[in-house]
Amino acid sequence: MHEFRFDPVPMPETAQALREEVRTFIAQEVAAGSFTPSRNSWTSFDAAFSRKCGERGYIGMRWPNEYGGHERSALERYVVTEEMLAGGAPVGAHWIADRQSGNQILRYGSERAKRSILPQIAAGECFFSIGMSEPDSGSDLAAVRTRAVRVAGGWNISGTKVWTSGAHETHYLIALARTAPKQEDRHAGMTQFIVDLAQPGVSVRPIYNLYGGHDFNEVVFDEYFVPDDMVMGEPGMGWKLVTSELAFERSGPDRFLSTYQLLRESIRAIGPDPDERAANEIGRFVAHLATLRRMSISVAGMLERGAQPAVEAALVKDIGTAFEREIPETFRHLIATEPTLGDGDGYAGLLGMTVLRAPRFTLQGGTREVLRGMIARGLGLR
Amino acid sequence: MSDMRNDLLNTVDRIFDEHCQKTVRESAEAGEWPAGLWQALEAVGLTRAALPEDAGGSGLEFEDAMLVLRRSAYHAAPVPLAETMLAGRLLAAAGLAVPDGALTVAPVHAGDRVELARGNAGMTVSGAVARVPWGDACAHAVVAGECEGKGALGLVSIERAARGVEKNLAGEPRVRLEFAAAPLIAFATLDDARARLEAEGALLRSVQMAGALERTLEYSLQYANERVQFGRPIAKFQAIQHMLAQLAGQVAAASAAADAAVEASCLMPDAFAVAVAKSRAGEAAGKGAEIAHQVHGAMGYTREHNLHYSTRRLWSWRDEFGNETYWQSRLGREVAAQGADALWPMLSRL
Repeated sequence: MHEFRFDPVPMPETAQALREEVRTFIAQEVAAGSFTPSRNSWTSFDAAFSRKCGERGYIGMRWPNEYGGHERSALERYVVTEEMLAGGAPVGAHWIADRQSGNQILRYGSERAKRSILPQIAAGECFFSIGMSEPDSGSDLAAVRTRAVRVAGGWNISGTKVWTSGAHETHYLIALARTAPKQEDRHAGMTQFIVDLAQPGVSVRPIYNLYGGHDFNEVVFDEYFVPDDMVMGEPGMGWKLVTSELAFERSGPDRFLSTYQLLRESIRAIGPDPDERAANEIGRFVAHLATLRRMSISVAGMLERGAQPAVEAALVKDIGTAFEREIPETFRHLIATEPTLGDGDGYAGLLGMTVLRAPRFTLQGGTREVLRGMIARGLGLR
Repeated sequence: MSDMRNDLLNTVDRIFDEHCQKTVRESAEAGEWPAGLWQALEAVGLTRAALPEDAGGSGLEFEDAMLVLRRSAYHAAPVPLAETMLAGRLLAAAGLAVPDGALTVAPVHAGDRVELARGNAGMTVSGAVARVPWGDACAHAVVAGECEGKGALGLVSIERAARGVEKNLAGEPRVRLEFAAAPLIAFATLDDARARLEAEGALLRSVQMAGALERTLEYSLQYANERVQFGRPIAKFQAIQHMLAQLAGQVAAASAAADAAVEASCLMPDAFAVAVAKSRAGEAAGKGAEIAHQVHGAMGYTREHNLHYSTRRLWSWRDEFGNETYWQSRLGREVAAQGADALWPMLSRL
């Protein structure tokens, strides 16, 4: 049996100063009218804000200087990301590149990929999407049908990706494609490619979400050419890479702070003297949040040590996203409000936006059911 | 984990494997003091593990002492180890000597009060207190209250103070004690003595719940892998796998919350971290026990199976030293009073 250990990880000495620095930056931006915290989540796209983050060294923090990074620790990066989320900063443009794509390129990309892409990401000028899901391949990622065929100097990719968040505004995605026919081991024969969305052979079409927002896209490849030096790792390593990428994707503070803005504004609306029921619910959420944060920091510590905490990350995401979804469901009882559809203004708008976004939390990055399957495997049940 | 901590763990587990068999648990529930187990723990200094070395402790870090307590709960050991540790820590904090033997504390209920007063022949304690843990098995209790407007505590013999023994759901004695100007063996002032007793108690129960939950998960995994229905172990059914994954989540969360509180409370209990731990572990206790029993089916409902030694403790401990509502409301009031924008700085301090 896998032993789930969420060992304590001490924050570095620089953490508090860094925390204050980020808080000051966010406060200045809010004061200057650059954004309204309660309207944002970590998917809010704001290229100008990302550039400011790049200038301040808040992107690619762990990467080497020679690739535009800042050689700081995973925990220092953790401090910056959680302060951004708690502060309601619109970090969506650079989020995927900073959280996962850049790390993967640093580890598995060619020298040219590293030199041409990482400094741009770190500068807050280059954004990524995720190219995993397909029309017939959601939770069952090994069922991808997008295929890449060997040609002189590279590969030709054909196929369709869906639910590709931000692809209409980002510059690249990392596409998972089949490069060898399916064998007994269905995880073999897949490869990840860095895809430049500005090149010919790729088209992006919107898929509007349930409230009419444009975040999702369908991305179609028609003999799209990828040069050899935009292959991630060796051909056939795709599954291994996807698995390690998901550990970055699953355990961070974005998996339990998505509804923090609503939690904070609900506490404000309830006021300094809550009744027994409200005090109880607020306290319960605070207890959950403090615990989740500790578990998530522990996973950041494991990543820092070079461990592969895929199962621990799945566990944090499972309970973290369940927590996020409880927040609107609980406060709607405590603060009688008819939620409104719109851009999140006022309490009714924030509640409305949160209710409409909530179903995503337990789907994106691996459904609750897939995560529980992974945890069960970790427990030795599968 | 360090080698030293591993050695400690091995020592502790060996003692419980040898002295905490099913027969010991059963006879303890029938009212027989498990002398062999207690002596074995005392012999290696584990009953004084949570004391600072200069107060007669065994030189362990507080974290290590809490690991010992957690293992005792994992093994469902029917002894007042938590209470003895708690009483000792309070005495040491007040600069008083810690007597040998099993100790307990009072009052443990928010509504109970004792009066510490200066009498002709010295300090005394008066008052009635309910459900004092192991109050029929311990020679002494640490009583906390106020004396002349200041937080204070005293040490009192309770050999003649017991007035009726109840049992918690795990069959552990919970005893009504009455004192009428009973002489204190030792007395000292200690700021917020009563609040400190309550917080320390909540902290220790959180650690114990984490240990009992860990065992509950192990029993459940073992049973699901062994029990065959419809031609295969029930562990192979997705419905069961998902239940066990959720149980693992509750266990991990309770452990993380308890660990955080232990870390923050080495010298004295950190009110915020303890409130988080008791709330979160208490919730995990109820939800975890429910899943474990569902997985075990009727077998887990029998006296014969060992699961109940863990789950009956969880159902008891979550309500002792303040249930989830008590601690959540305290947290919630604190957060609301400080204001919405103070929440994040409060959380990120830990």
